[in-house]
Amino acid sequence: MHAEPLSLIFLNAAIVNNFVLALFLGICPFLGVSGKKETAWNMGLATMFVMLVSSAAAYGINWLLTQLGLEFLRLICYIAVIASAVQLVEMFVKKTSPALFRSLGIFLPLITTNCAILGLALFQTSKEYDFVQSLVYALGAGVGFTLALMLMAGLREKLALARVPSVSQGAALSLMLAGLLSLAFMGFAGLGGGHG
Amino acid sequence: MPELLNPQEKLTPDTFLRGLWQENPVFVMLLGMCPVLAVTSTTLNAIAMGLATTFVLVCSSLLISLLRNWIPKQVRIASYIVIIATFVTIVDYAIQAISLELYAALGAFIQLIVVNCVILGRAEAYASKQRLHTTLVNSLGMGVGFTLALLALGTVREVLGNGTLLGIPLFGPDFQPWLVMILPPGGFFVLGVWLLLFNWLRQSKVRRAAQFSGAPVDAR
Repeated sequence: MHAEPLSLIFLNAAIVNNFVLALFLGICPFLGVSGKKETAWNMGLATMFVMLVSSAAAYGINWLLTQLGLEFLRLICYIAVIASAVQLVEMFVKKTSPALFRSLGIFLPLITTNCAILGLALFQTSKEYDFVQSLVYALGAGVGFTLALMLMAGLREKLALARVPSVSQGAALSLMLAGLLSLAFMGFAGLGGGHG
Repeated sequence: MPELLNPQEKLTPDTFLRGLWQENPVFVMLLGMCPVLAVTSTTLNAIAMGLATTFVLVCSSLLISLLRNWIPKQVRIASYIVIIATFVTIVDYAIQAISLELYAALGAFIQLIVVNCVILGRAEAYASKQRLHTTLVNSLGMGVGFTLALLALGTVREVLGNGTLLGIPLFGPDFQPWLVMILPPGGFFVLGVWLLLFNWLRQSKVRRAAQFSGAPVDAR
């Protein structure tokens, strides 16, 4: 696993095993903030940033806890680090762009409970990636998340103008769309060289 | 949320039943979608995940309800998360001890119970405000509702995608499994169809009620 080239890790995380469409991580923001392309883009960037920070921190924590033989505290430490990273992003966004802060709304603090981020930390630990590999993995996951969010937002912007039967409005329609997207992403299987 | 209006809810059957139907965490509130979609490729996984989540939900709700007067408001979310993470760690090690096979099948999703919004949502909206026994009943109802939703997906996906139920073959040897149903897209499709069904049921109920009262029916 250590010999895995960086480009392959990136490709795997971003496309082949896309966090949203193949691993089902981060479905809540995927369905919640994919109404408009602009919001989706910003949400994607914020998530990617939190991913990078928490991935680096998780690497350090895991090293420390393994040294001390306290692996059972891993989960609690990870979630604490992620919560602080999200707090940081929240303060930054609030300061620099109040409009964006409003449009992201409740979903900004909810990045804490975005399973894509905790999932990323847990996966990189179980795959025993080194520091650089972890960062590339986080970057790939963030790109994949943003990609999925943007694709969905584009589709939903078009669909907002379409007439659909009233029973299929809202979440049911979004899930069907997500299913089709996921089907399309299955076509990439095998590109990244095995399940990763 | 109705429970915000009446500070101390009385214990009624509705306290339990609300989680099953009216406020079902998956089908109505659309919370905790990640495990719902990810681990429901077989019925057994769905049951195991449902039970694990219910255990964490009930235990952490109870503890939060017990400590509700001692947790300062400013750090409540962090405290809730630490409490939840503790119980998830217990479940994680327990499942590893009971069945390694199951542990491998559920993968990271056991640890990801920490970030299941159903649990944090219950803690924030209910357990932190209500007395111990109503919290117990309510969180149990939510847990059962969540497990039922997982089962609803798991059985459909396993029967269609694998032709089996709990590992027992249902159809003859000529059955051609609908493979896509146990792959990721199948999860989205099956959940989408369930939501369509519930929307339809709800709309026809509204329409019937309107017909009885003689009010004009929305033609859509």
